[in-house]
This record gives sequence, structure tokens and C-alpha cells, in this order.
Amino acid sequence: MALLEVKDLHTSFFTDAGEVRAVNGVSFTLDRGKVLGIVGESGSGKSVTAYSIMQILASTGKIVSGSIKFEGEELVGADEKKMKEIRGNRISIIFQDPMTSLNPTYTIGHQLMEAILLHTNRNKQQAWDRAVEMLRLVNVNEPEKRMKQYPFEFSGGMRQRVMIAMALACEPDILIADEPTTALDVTIQAGILELMKEIQKEMGMAIIMITHDLGVVAQLCDEVVVMYAGSICEQGTADEIFYNPCHEYTKGLLRSIPTTGNEGQRLQPISGTPIDLLNMPRGCAFAPRCDAAMKICINEKCERFLINDNHAAACWMNIKKAKEGGKQ
Amino acid sequence: MSGTNQSSEPLIRVSHLKQYFPISTGFFQTRPLKAVDDISFDIMEGETLGLVGESGCGKTTAGRTILHLYKPTDGEVIYRGKSIRTAKDIEEFRRKATMVFQDPYSSLDPRMTVADIIGEPLDVQHLYKTKEERRERILELMDHVGLNSEHAARYAHEFSGGQRQRVGIARSLAVNPDFIVCDEPVSALDVSIQAQVINMFDELQEKLNLTYLFIAHDLLVVRHISDRIAVMYLGHMVELAGADEIYDRPLHPYTRALISAVPVPDPVQARANQRIPMTGEIPSPLNAPPGCPFHTRCPYAKESCKESMPELREIEKGRFVACHRIEEIG
Ligand SMILES: Nc1ncnc2c1ncn2[C@@H]1O[C@H](COP(=O)(O)OP(=O)(O)OP(=O)(O)O)[C@@H](O)[C@H]1O
Ligand SMILES: Nc1ncnc2c1ncn2[C@@H]1O[C@H](COP(=O)(O)OP(=O)(O)OP(=O)(O)O)[C@@H](O)[C@H]1O
Ligand code: SF4
Ligand SMILES: [Mg+2]
Ligand SMILES: [Mg+2]
Repeated sequence: MALLEVKDLHTSFFTDAGEVRAVNGVSFTLDRGKVLGIVGESGSGKSVTAYSIMQILASTGKIVSGSIKFEGEELVGADEKKMKEIRGNRISIIFQDPMTSLNPTYTIGHQLMEAILLHTNRNKQQAWDRAVEMLRLVNVNEPEKRMKQYPFEFSGGMRQRVMIAMALACEPDILIADEPTTALDVTIQAGILELMKEIQKEMGMAIIMITHDLGVVAQLCDEVVVMYAGSICEQGTADEIFYNPCHEYTKGLLRSIPTTGNEGQRLQPISGTPIDLLNMPRGCAFAPRCDAAMKICINEKCERFLINDNHAAACWMNIKKAKEGGKQ
Repeated sequence: MSGTNQSSEPLIRVSHLKQYFPISTGFFQTRPLKAVDDISFDIMEGETLGLVGESGCGKTTAGRTILHLYKPTDGEVIYRGKSIRTAKDIEEFRRKATMVFQDPYSSLDPRMTVADIIGEPLDVQHLYKTKEERRERILELMDHVGLNSEHAARYAHEFSGGQRQRVGIARSLAVNPDFIVCDEPVSALDVSIQAQVINMFDELQEKLNLTYLFIAHDLLVVRHISDRIAVMYLGHMVELAGADEIYDRPLHPYTRALISAVPVPDPVQARANQRIPMTGEIPSPLNAPPGCPFHTRCPYAKESCKESMPELREIEKGRFVACHRIEEIG
């Protein structure tokens, strides 16, 4: 049984301007000890997917349909008591914005210890030791002294590392990391990614890594989900996504970043502007920006083509391949 | 002079530039925060010099001090052979040197139309005679950065991040500069939009013969756009060399650690890469350690590194490194 199974998830925000379909039929599974990367354009629904799993959506947001099973148990429709048990204990999240997620009125140490005492079986002394150890692991210098300081005495990058320490210290089954290292220097980021990987191996923790940085994905992820306009346009193993991309958006994304192969050449940007969820095109959501778009792309939503056992893509370009494959 | 090139006259020569901020440490007492501490380098005409280094190392301060948005604590900036000293020098220099900021969201006034945002520097510097001339210049600038004339009457908040950054760039081009300090100009943009803006910088450079100081934390972006790269650490310049040389064969111990930490968007390469770990305290520019600024984290540090500050030396043609032990560690 998969540790987490998300099936045909639809999440919307009901705003004055209308229903914003932020997540539109997302499905994936996550096994113990695996790292799943979620990439995609800003506004494509990555964070809302994560918030849906945790059920911490804004008050206007609602899971409209679909299923989220944790160890086989349905979470959609579960009561708040059940979700409280899950959050932190079993699934924890590192938020995109570290400024808002620490309480300014308590010391860093207090907040770390509270989380550890609540979510693991440790006494006060052990919790203190664990907190200090975690701070040291995320490169916070003089951790004993830092325990007694308040969030305002920390820089943005340090606060983010405290959040990471806190999430890891709780030893969850699933860690959802929403752009956890965006504000950090690469040298610090590299250390933290390695730390996550170590802890993940040691404890068999699974990670959902939400990021826009394809370098982070390449380094950390076993599997990758690529989102566009609230839906998954492509999913597969990291190697499949990087070396055999089958959706035009993924291909465009990979062509548009500087790498160690295209230096000196012009980058090939994706043209056009990001999608407006209130004005979704009829066919493939990417069609208005896609250089390869065909008539069918403009008129019809694309079905999901299975490229191989480890790879699926929702792009009409695969219909030919699929037909040829079918003939054999 | 260290970090400079003797062969031909540079567009900009930065010489022993310092920027110390007084930080109060109690009543009537201040201590200098050495944000930029004695940096020297040349930027040649038409060149892009990348500037990298960890958060807080002094990149933005260096850029702003070069433009004299901050008065230098010490040292000088020489533009086309002429040192910038007087208020009049600064005023003239400002017409030739501008800045593009990181955040396209907050750096534009939401109550102004795009035309007025772009036109403001024209107004301030009295760069037109008739209203018609002003309008034409604005449309020309918008065309340079790939905005339609129909965008002119719209407000910046109606635009996407990439479009706003274009507006910001058009504005900084208004005075007809030949030198632009680009401070993290693509960091706030979505990856799919970054490439559009990076290409635009490239195209504008060719078309208008611009010279850039390009500050960014994404090393792959910096490598892509730069001819040479300068690496800063704690207010000092520790290495300066060609972009590919720095990336393919970093020499300074800090640059080595930095390059080895870059997450490459390629799983096979990522698995093969060996990161050089850095341990030890990250010092603050208020309490800069004596000797080499990197010695607290450097895997090669020896006793002697704590005693004296290594100078930026040209150790190969066009390659400048500030490390006592560079010859030994190879
Ligand atoms: N509270 C809300 N009310 C209305 N719309 C919302 C709300 N929260 C999110 N959305 C919309 O849902 C969509 C998905 O947002 P989400 O935050 O998941 O994007 P994301 O992929 O995480 O983007 P980013 O990379 O910028 O973090 C966006 O179009 C966003 O505007
Ligand atoms: N106006 C100021 N007054 C006092 N200290 C300042 C001022 N501006 C910057 N500093 C300090 O100077 C140092 C260098 O800051 P600067 O903003 O130049 O760094 P940076 O390299 O641009 O960092 P980042 O990558 O985070 O933008 C930091 O320690 C910063 O706190
Ligand atoms: S001078 Fe010494 S401490 Fe500084 S970088 Fe070189 S070896 Fe390291
Ligand atoms: Mg998000
Ligand atoms: Mg800066």
C-alpha cells in the first residue's frame, strides 16, 4: 500500500470574481522513503496541492472532489481531530514563507522543544538536546545560545533553517517542503538538501519537495510531477523527466534554463504569459503558449498518455507515438 | 593595481573602494560595518561582469557605491579615465550609469502609468524639448524591451512580473546610459519568464553597446550572461576570472566550495558531483576575523592565514585570486 495516495483531487477557491480552480484533477502516489518533486510555474497549484493534503486551506478554499489516502485511510472529509493527529506527527510541512510561521513572542528554543515534545516520545532534557542537535545540523552557529533568542534576532535565512530543523525534528512519515531553500545561499542549501536526504534514508521518511529549481529536483528527487494550470501535465521518474520529456511545457522549461551545455547560446524561452485560471482555454491549457500546438490541442483537453511504466504525459504530441506503439 | 587590467582603458575602474556603515553600539558609540572593504577591478566597455557571493557579502552595496548612490567611505570610481569626485561629476555620471532592481513588484509606483514610469527620468533630466519628442522616446524605449505601444497607458500593477521587469529596464534605459548595474534582475521571476528577460539583456547589450555589472545568486544564470565573474566574500573580492574558467576550474577555496554546491539540473551529473563541505562559523562583517576573511570556514586554512590578509593577485593571465596558499593547494 502506498504511504500517500492522491486521486483526482480538485480544489477551488470561491472568490468574488468566480470559482478559481486551483487544483484540477491531480493524482499521484508516494511510497515510504521516496522523494517526490513537484515543479511548475508560479500559480500552477503546487502549494494548494500541499495545503489540500494538510487541509490547511484558506477559508474560501475547498476540496471539491477527489481522495487523499494516508496509509489507506481517507483524509478527505476527516474531522479536525483526525487531521490534528496527522499534522506534525505524521505529515509536516515547511512553509514557503518562513516569516509567518514562527511565533514572534516565544524563543526559538521554546518553539522547537514544544514541537519535539508534542510529536515525539522525549522528555524535556532529551527534547532540548535534540533541538540543539537539529540547529547544529542546519548550520545555525552557537546553537545553545541561539535557543534562547527570539525570531526577530534571526535573519530570514536562519529562520528558514529553524523551520527546517523543526519539521525534521518531529520525525514525520511525510515531510512536505514548499520551496524550503529558496531564500538560502547555495552552499547552505546544499548542506540542507544533504541533511534531508540523510534523515530521509535513516528514518525512511518520504518527502514531497515543491520547488521551481530544477537543479534541486535533479539532486534530490526520485520521481517528479510537473504541474501546469492546476493539472499534472507530466509525471515520471526524474531521469525520464530530464532525459525524455514528453510534454511541450516540460520540454520548454528544460530548454529555457542555463545549463552546462548551452552556455554562449541564446536561451530558448517559453513565449507568452502565465495562465489566467479564471479564463482557461478549452483545449490543452498550455496550447496558447505552445509552439507545437496542433488543431486538436486547441479544441480538446488532452488525455493522459502512458509513455512507459515509469512515465505519463498529457500532451497530444504523444498520440502519434501511442498509435505507433499500439500497432506493434 | 590588483584586479585591474593594464592593456586598454576600461569603461569603469573601481579602485580600493570601501563602504563602511556606522552601526551604533550604544549611546554615542558606533562601530563600522565593513560592507565593502577595499575592492578593485575594471569593467571593459561592452562587457558583462558577473558579481556573486553569499547573502550579505556586499554585492548590492558595491553596486550602489559604484553608482555613488552611497558616498564611498574611501577609494574611487573612474569612468572613462575620469575620477568621479565632485557633485557635478556625480550628476553627469548618473546620466551614464543606472541601476535595475531585483523586485519588479515594489520598485514601480502602482499609481503611475507605464508611460509615466518610463518618462520620469526624461522629465527629471530634461531630456526632451517637446511633448511629442517625449512620447516618441518612451515608445522607442518600450520597443527596446518588447512592450507594445498599447501598454503605455496601463498601470504597472496590471502586468506580470516579467512585464514589470521590462518596464523597470526601459526606465533605466531612458537616460541613454552605457553602464547598468543589474541587481538580481531575474531572481523574482518565474523560471519560464527568466529566459525571456535574460535574452533581452543580451539583445539590448548588442544593440546599445551596454556594459553590465550583473549581480545574481544563481550561478548558472551569471555564468550564462557574464564574460567574467567576480566573487565576493565578506566585503572582499576573493577571485576574478573569465566566466567559464571560474565555473570549470575555480581556484579560491571559497569559489571551489561555492561552485561545487551549485545544483545542476541534470540527475546524472548531480549524482556524480562531490560537494566540498564547508564547516565553521560564518563571520559577520561587524566582526570580521583578522587575516583571510575565509579562514574560519576554509578547509585549507593554516595558522598564517589568520595573521595577514591575502591580497588579490594575478596568478595566471587575467586570473586574480586572494589566497595565501593558492600555489600550494594547486
Ligand atoms: N486564498 C486564495 N484565494 C483565491 N485564489 C487562490 C488562493 N490561494 C491560491 N489561489 C490561486 O490558486 C492558484 C494556485 O496557487 P498556488 O499557491 O498553489 O501556486 P504555486 O504553484 O504554489 O505557485 P508559486 O510557485 O508562486 O508558489 C493560483 O492561481 C492562486 O492565485
Ligand atoms: N544601509 C545600510 N546600513 C547598514 N548596514 C547595511 C546597509 N546596507 C547593507 N548593510 C549591511 O552590509 C552588508 C552587505 O549587504 P548587501 O546588501 O550589500 O549584501 P548582498 O551581497 O547584496 O546580499 P544579498 O545577496 O542578500 O542581497 C550586510 O551585512 C548588510 O547587513
Ligand atoms: S588564505 Fe588561507 S584561509 Fe584564506 S582561502 Fe587561502 S588557504 Fe583558505
Ligand atoms: Mg507555492
Ligand atoms: Mg543584494
